[in-house]
Amino acid sequence: MTGYTATVTVRLKQGVLDPEAETTKQALERLGFELESLRSADRFELDLDAESADDAADRADEMAERLLANPTIHDYAVEVEPRE
Amino acid sequence: MPREAIRVTVAIVQFGGSNCDRDAERALDHLGIDAELVWHEDGIPDDASGILLPGGFSYGDYLRAGAIAANSPVMAEVREAAADGTPVLGVCNGAQIGSESRLTPGAFTTNASARFQCERVTVRVENADTPWTAAYEEGEVIELPIAHGEGRFEVTDDRLATLNDEDRVLFRYCEADGAVTPAANPNGSKENVAGVLGERENVAVLMPHPERITLPDVGKTDGQGVLRGFEA
Repeated sequence: MTGYTATVTVRLKQGVLDPEAETTKQALERLGFELESLRSADRFELDLDAESADDAADRADEMAERLLANPTIHDYAVEVEPRE
Repeated sequence: MPREAIRVTVAIVQFGGSNCDRDAERALDHLGIDAELVWHEDGIPDDASGILLPGGFSYGDYLRAGAIAANSPVMAEVREAAADGTPVLGVCNGAQIGSESRLTPGAFTTNASARFQCERVTVRVENADTPWTAAYEEGEVIELPIAHGEGRFEVTDDRLATLNDEDRVLFRYCEADGAVTPAANPNGSKENVAGVLGERENVAVLMPHPERITLPDVGKTDGQGVLRGFEA
């Protein structure tokens, strides 16, 4: 078994309104910053032991499907790195 | 048969953070519908002939409103009961739990205003041919309170078209005269949807709170009809 960190990034699907991101963008503009758009995402870092990086990715994928993301509104991405 | 033998006992499932559980109990009691508060870890009683998922902030709305409660063990029992035809109603946070557990379609997410909204709204009854709406006429406009930060109904356009075809939209936010307009949409819900049916008509969720507009002592009683779904 090897230690891995699986990073799951959960984002709203393209086209789904993100009122919190819009509010954050407006707050930045009030501070005088200029920006075209702002997207936000949730990032989960999962430390786990697995037989291989693929195995770790599969498990993180299942966690995203079951709980971390809501497939109705979210897309997600999984990245796996060996853990130091 | 004696009346007691057909008595309806609604299990009101309490999670940590539920806060409309006792309101629901009082409202059901007023309608003569027996109800029992059930702590989620204790499971659904065998004699429960209905299940209400109440409003509140289960698990502090961590991750997404309803997401953690939707994956708690009691929900396996709720799904089983729903599949057996037991009436299941989700209100507000209960609606979020219902959609997160995939008992009902779509998702309830952050209001378009990005604010918590606590106000009276009017909704139009879209389908009066369900246990939850049989007390109303199709097209009838009723007043209901809302109190939520994550009530914006989101669903893919294709799925929503299917829901419309299958008459599974129960209520839409509307003007006092019944017109469904963007201005009458408090939270940016797709097509002003305020409540939907699950796969079968014994399962329903809605963001507004019928239990808060049921007791005559506190004013109007427009919400009674929804709760009477448990008697059907």
